[in-house]
Amino acid sequence: MTSADWPLWEVFVRSRRGLSHTHAGSLHAPDAAMALRNARDLYTRRSEGVSIWVVPSADITASSPDEKDPFFEPAADKPYRHPTFYDIPEGVRHL
Amino acid sequence: MNPTPASTQAPARASVPAAPPGAALALGDDALVLSHRLGEWAGHAPVLEEEVALANIALDLLGQARFLLSLVGDEDELAYLREERAFRNVQLVEQPNGDFAHTIARQLYFSTYQELLYGQLTAGDGPFAPLAAKAVKEVAYHRDHAEHWTLRLGDGTEESHRRMQTALDALWRFTGELFDPLDRLDVDVSALRDGWLALITRTVGQATLTLPTGPQSGAWTAGAGRQGIHTEPFGRMLAEMQHLHRSHPGATW
Repeated sequence: MTSADWPLWEVFVRSRRGLSHTHAGSLHAPDAAMALRNARDLYTRRSEGVSIWVVPSADITASSPDEKDPFFEPAADKPYRHPTFYDIPEGVRHL
Repeated sequence: MNPTPASTQAPARASVPAAPPGAALALGDDALVLSHRLGEWAGHAPVLEEEVALANIALDLLGQARFLLSLVGDEDELAYLREERAFRNVQLVEQPNGDFAHTIARQLYFSTYQELLYGQLTAGDGPFAPLAAKAVKEVAYHRDHAEHWTLRLGDGTEESHRRMQTALDALWRFTGELFDPLDRLDVDVSALRDGWLALITRTVGQATLTLPTGPQSGAWTAGAGRQGIHTEPFGRMLAEMQHLHRSHPGATW
């Protein structure tokens, strides 16, 4: 058996309590339990994490590069969606 | 205090009783030799992920070996300049990697033993307690890794089941030596043996494999590693491990 037969897993590592899990990379493993162990060996060797998630890459639905424009372009010219667009009224403190 | 191997090269301990050198040498050699065997997988493991896993285990063991051998003398001299007959490791750890199933069977037998042993040493306040407290967590992971692979190979394909059973059978006769008493080491050997057998029996059963039935010791040379008698492949391993230091003494990079 080679790694070509094994499914790909995405690895998410939480570096410390209070932070979110962040994508760390991917690896091959025969099943979820082994994926977790491989992730431990590959991505937390230098005490990078306190928690690991592994997710089958095939189960992730991703936006397509072809859809980039309809997905993301419309947001570009709408500065009023950012809080910095608005002047802070006089008299408001501690904002 | 939880000394790391690197920070304890000078074994200066005032209050703790001195480590029995025989036990330190035996346990240090176990860790050193198995570490080298696992290191031989680098560049050859079936998959990259597994190569890193085995190298991780090897590095953990090397750290333990450095601590233990430093209790006896100069770690480099002990590792690189001793003759075969001066090594005190059990014969189990010097057995060649074989196929992947052999490597896993060797690890399952040894890590299960080492975890129970270090667990006992942690409970005491002897000279090995600081090392054992740190290493027992490393070793628990080694044992877990070996168990997971034993389950998958045993309960996998017909081919993997056959290979795993062959490996368990082939290495069984080297397991009796694990329970020889060590130089002034305060260990309940019968509890160690019972615990070991219970864990191995459970894992082997879960993996749909059969616990080997042959004798665990007594068969010709098997089981004299602690007295310095080693199996033939050990000499070749040692030659490879030592040749650089012997050819270029003190070489570093």
